Amino acid sequence: MAEYRGVMVHAEVAEGKLAAIAAELLGCGRRLADDLGEELSAVIVGSGISGLAREAFASGADKVYIVDDVLLQDYQTDAYVPVMEKVLRQVMPGILLMGQTSIGCDLAARLAFRLETTVTMDCIELAVDAGSKRLRRTKPVYGGNARAVFTSELDPQIATVRAKAMTPLAPDTSRKGEVVVIEAGLDSAAVRARVLEKVKQEVEGISLEAAEVVVSGGRGIGSAEGFKQLEELAGLLKGAVGASRPPCDNNWVPDVRQIGLTGKIVTPDLYIAVALSGSSQHMAGCSGCKNIVAINKDPEANIFREARFGVVGDWKKVLPAFTEKVRELLAG
Amino acid sequence: MTVNMIVCVKQVIDPEAPPSSFKVDEAAKKVVPPPGVPPVISPFDENAVEAALRIKDAQGGKITVLSMGANLLREVVKKPLSMGADELVLLEDEAFTGGDSWSNARALAAAIKKIGEYDLIFCGRQAADWDDGQTGAGIAEILGLPGVTLARKIEVTDGKARVERVMADGYEVIEVPLPALVTVSNELGEARYPTIKGIMAAKKIEPLVWKPADIDLEPAQVGAAGRKTNLEKLYQPVHEGKCELIEGESPEEAGVNLALKLREAKLL
Repeated sequence: MAEYRGVMVHAEVAEGKLAAIAAELLGCGRRLADDLGEELSAVIVGSGISGLAREAFASGADKVYIVDDVLLQDYQTDAYVPVMEKVLRQVMPGILLMGQTSIGCDLAARLAFRLETTVTMDCIELAVDAGSKRLRRTKPVYGGNARAVFTSELDPQIATVRAKAMTPLAPDTSRKGEVVVIEAGLDSAAVRARVLEKVKQEVEGISLEAAEVVVSGGRGIGSAEGFKQLEELAGLLKGAVGASRPPCDNNWVPDVRQIGLTGKIVTPDLYIAVALSGSSQHMAGCSGCKNIVAINKDPEANIFREARFGVVGDWKKVLPAFTEKVRELLAG
Repeated sequence: MTVNMIVCVKQVIDPEAPPSSFKVDEAAKKVVPPPGVPPVISPFDENAVEAALRIKDAQGGKITVLSMGANLLREVVKKPLSMGADELVLLEDEAFTGGDSWSNARALAAAIKKIGEYDLIFCGRQAADWDDGQTGAGIAEILGLPGVTLARKIEVTDGKARVERVMADGYEVIEVPLPALVTVSNELGEARYPTIKGIMAAKKIEPLVWKPADIDLEPAQVGAAGRKTNLEKLYQPVHEGKCELIEGESPEEAGVNLALKLREAKLL
């Protein structure tokens, strides 16, 4: 019987390029493959994506599998699951890494059940067990209050990985490898759930993921009006405005501003958290930032356990004075 | 058309309990429930109940709530009934506890088969305990149903559902034929509060309670015995806790001092 061997990364495509998560997964996959003494491959699924193999090699892949078909233009569960099932049955990797993204989460769970194997979602650490050589998958649980380590005897061992949890390799454009084309073999009638349209809700200004400074507000901001003050500060610092869940649920800010376990994950140089308690669910989205600054009137707020600098006080009094001083310092 | 719906809900430790009350028994690899904090329906599952109620409001229908565990608190698992759901089925047995997504999805799928009639199955996008988010997709896969995950809006017309699915930069609109499974995200909007009338009505509804044999499964196929993953370790991450508090004679002065401190630390 053939054995499951090697590490495979599902390299997601976004806007005609490999998504940022793909290089992070390849960086992690390279380390796991080297620890096992096995090969690292990438699988790229989409339409008109053959040219992207170079990027995967530069980020660490030894081999790239390409599945290129017009039916794979958009992510659709019923198209991507059978294609990935075919690839996995043919290649038989021991480990498959995917992104904890809207695509990766949907695809990984379906695939694991179809192949009667297991997946661990939202991993932040992955390592090969020295004794058993099985994959140890560490993930935050209970909204980030605890961490759990899982293993499984079943192959392939699938894990989805949180954005920005893994470090990409420095791209090496001289790296080359073998490209293997796999036919999708799809029947369009098999696609039951169909994408009719995509609606972008991108907010003005710098994107949260790219911003070097993020000014974030919580429940204590109290209104959409209150967020204008955060926008003013973010504007001064050439940063972006984020929020915890309550301001989004109350429509003070659009949902795409949400930072946290079920929102965006950001790693700016400076994260200014205003009137935000710092629940574990929220911190899951910003704990990668080394310089968290907290303004909160509750000295017991969890955010002070995570922050480097803090002011205990009413944000309505602290923030305007802070903003004015920042303006003065930046002008000087 | 009136719509037959099943909503899966999970009783969990209240995720809003203060982080300082959160404790893990590392030897038992279990979370110690915080004393005096009652369990709740996992919040995304409440969003799922709300999604079903909005469809019932718009065009009529029946909502069956399905939950699983042991010693389920009736006042917790009956909350969806007091919000407006119609029936409650409980998979209640010690054998159903300690499962992973695999064994949980298998048991829930078997129960859904036994319930029999449905157009839509709803689950929360992930449960507030293991934050795994694969049970919904697993149920759909086992039952051979199409599905949409991370929904923020669902409308039903002519045997199809039109679902808005949350993406990082907005949403996509997906059309899916029924029956289908949909997992619901918080972007759908907050769940309604139970009404007094609803609470009174819920009191009169007796849940159907099923054991593994009632859904044609062996105890060894469900809960902890039916797992495919091993939980090797459960622990609490260490907080370094080195926040430097910036003070002042007034809140305004503290704000000014904070700006000066950030300049000193070369963060401005």
